Amino acid sequence: MQYISQIVFLILVAVAAYFLYQRISRIRKNIFLGKASGRTASPERWKTMLLVAFGQKKMFKRIVPAFLHMLIYVGFLVINLEVLEFVIDGIAGTHRIFAPVLGDFYTVLINVFEFLAVGVLFSCVVFLIRRNILKVKRFQGNEMKKWPTLDANLILVIEIILMFAILTMNATDMLIQGQDEHYAQTGTFFFSSFLVPLFEGMQLSTLIFIERFAWWFHILGILGFAVYVTYSKHLHIALAFPNTWYSNLNPKGKMENMAEVTNEVKMMLGMPTENANEPPAEIARFGAKDVNDLSWVNIMNAYSCTECGRCTDNCPANMTGKKLSPRKIMMDTRDRAEEVGASLAKGGKGLEDGKSLLGDYITKEEINACTSCNACVEACPVNIDPLAIILQMRRYVAMEESGSPASWNSMFQNVETNFAPWKFPPTDRFKWAEEMESKS
Amino acid sequence: MSDKLNNVPVMADLAAKGESPEILFWVGCAGSFDDRYKKVTQAFVKILNKVGISFAVLGPEETCTGDPARRAGNEFLFQMQAVSNIQVLDTYNVKKIVTACPHCFNTIKNEYPELGGNYEVIHHSTYLQQLINEGKVGLKGGGEFKGKKITYHDSCYLGRANNIYEAPREVLAALDAELIEMKRCRTKGLCCGAGGAQMFKDAEPGNKEVNVERTEEAIETGASIVASACPFCMTMMRDGVKSKNKEASIEVMDLAELIAKNEGL
Repeated sequence: MQYISQIVFLILVAVAAYFLYQRISRIRKNIFLGKASGRTASPERWKTMLLVAFGQKKMFKRIVPAFLHMLIYVGFLVINLEVLEFVIDGIAGTHRIFAPVLGDFYTVLINVFEFLAVGVLFSCVVFLIRRNILKVKRFQGNEMKKWPTLDANLILVIEIILMFAILTMNATDMLIQGQDEHYAQTGTFFFSSFLVPLFEGMQLSTLIFIERFAWWFHILGILGFAVYVTYSKHLHIALAFPNTWYSNLNPKGKMENMAEVTNEVKMMLGMPTENANEPPAEIARFGAKDVNDLSWVNIMNAYSCTECGRCTDNCPANMTGKKLSPRKIMMDTRDRAEEVGASLAKGGKGLEDGKSLLGDYITKEEINACTSCNACVEACPVNIDPLAIILQMRRYVAMEESGSPASWNSMFQNVETNFAPWKFPPTDRFKWAEEMESKS
Repeated sequence: MSDKLNNVPVMADLAAKGESPEILFWVGCAGSFDDRYKKVTQAFVKILNKVGISFAVLGPEETCTGDPARRAGNEFLFQMQAVSNIQVLDTYNVKKIVTACPHCFNTIKNEYPELGGNYEVIHHSTYLQQLINEGKVGLKGGGEFKGKKITYHDSCYLGRANNIYEAPREVLAALDAELIEMKRCRTKGLCCGAGGAQMFKDAEPGNKEVNVERTEEAIETGASIVASACPFCMTMMRDGVKSKNKEASIEVMDLAELIAKNEGL
């Protein structure tokens, strides 16, 4: 009988691990619906990841949310050390196994964790206020209706409850220690002491029940939350790292070259081509219509997005009332990848379901509104690149559908025939010099 | 003197004489055709002549870099332009290119290498800054812009696209003017609305034009001159100023024009 809680604990961990494994494999598959990226390892990548993801460099463009987010982030990293004790206790059937080993230092550690837990609590409450009472503009927007808003609030509420569970557990533990010397004497925990009055005068058995309940609630909460995160925008806590590692290291103004076009261009111009003897490579599709036309880094970008809206907030098109929202581009990309992945897993049609990212999720009006100013890319705290997706879709529209706006088609024609985007005769190109020299 | 200032050497002529200039001045389509931006081209030529730089232009042989076609999605047309231009540039063995257009600058510098065109490409703001640092222009003090309020509008293709934020500001500093920044500047600079081939079509439906939003910000600074370093930004900001009926009190000028005027050219 005495092993029953240990067995239950192991089973629950195994169940959570199973669901996590399933879900991570699915996300991995969905991301690799995309094409190869060609981004290779370099020391610069590690540096970028350390600065931008680990060091949160770009968050500090906005100091208030940066500070609050930092509290949660550090809390998340450090409090997870305590989870180590939870897991060992759970498996070994012990109680606060580190307390006798670490002695006074254990008290210091738990006090630090409590301090961080209160920091997390504070930040989550402020974030809830910012979202729901102050209604900070970037958390609103058309794409934020229903699930995205619920998701954001759920994450904050779950984190608040988890922190309360820790504090409740510590408060009741302190009371139990006073009544039962079998419990490790840990000294006073500063923050949970404030909760002690709530439980004072309770019977020992009640206290033990509450302490155990809080312990199980906290560890199960963490396991459940870990699974939840994989269905949520909160996935950024993991993907921010690979996402920044794989971020674009070229100047932001440089567009990806389409090598498959180059050979054809060189042949048209009567130039020697590199592989003239080989048959021309089969080109699946110019540009991007659906998620599988994008690179896998584009799709990982989409899964890394936590919908903070800094991109949309800085987008000149969006702020002047156009339909384009870079955040929506990322959310649509993720949702379409999810849809295709779910369909494939059920043996469904997947990409052949008659739908596509461009058309069913993203409209031409949205991609046509982009000024390619890179404000969204610059604003993203985890180096997501919505512009890359927009430009690949424009390529599909122009090269596969000839469906660009009429004035762009005229511009193309001007470039082709007059070698300038405007309809000026090429013979006028050098008039500025004549005008200048005639003055002298 | 003025003969020399207005002299525009052409690459083909120099090549025929067996000469090769130090730099190629890439004028760009706006600098060649747009009546307003032609003045920027001319101002820059005067500066080059005044300083005595050995330079040339391609003249009638220059064609669109392909930037707007590429941004609008027509990769094929872009590469046709790029590969043809690279052929011309390589015929003249061009090594160093200076241009007054951030879009041409970005395309030739960042996008031509993959198609075989490798050059040292410098935007005119950086080039002017170098001339100032070398003491070849400016530094006279007490010029006509001394103490004047000037605000600088960051071009996206210089700024975020290529991390050039300080060179244009240092050029303005040489004028001894009072530089007043807009609320959104440098990495946070707001686009003029013309990038990504928007210059060549109407804006999508919305409730405001981007250039009006930006112009309002420029007006808030109280500056009498909006300095720009890009032909598209210049058009958009001028249109914005016009739409606010501020043409009498606010002038949009390129860095090269400001320097040329300061030099009395």
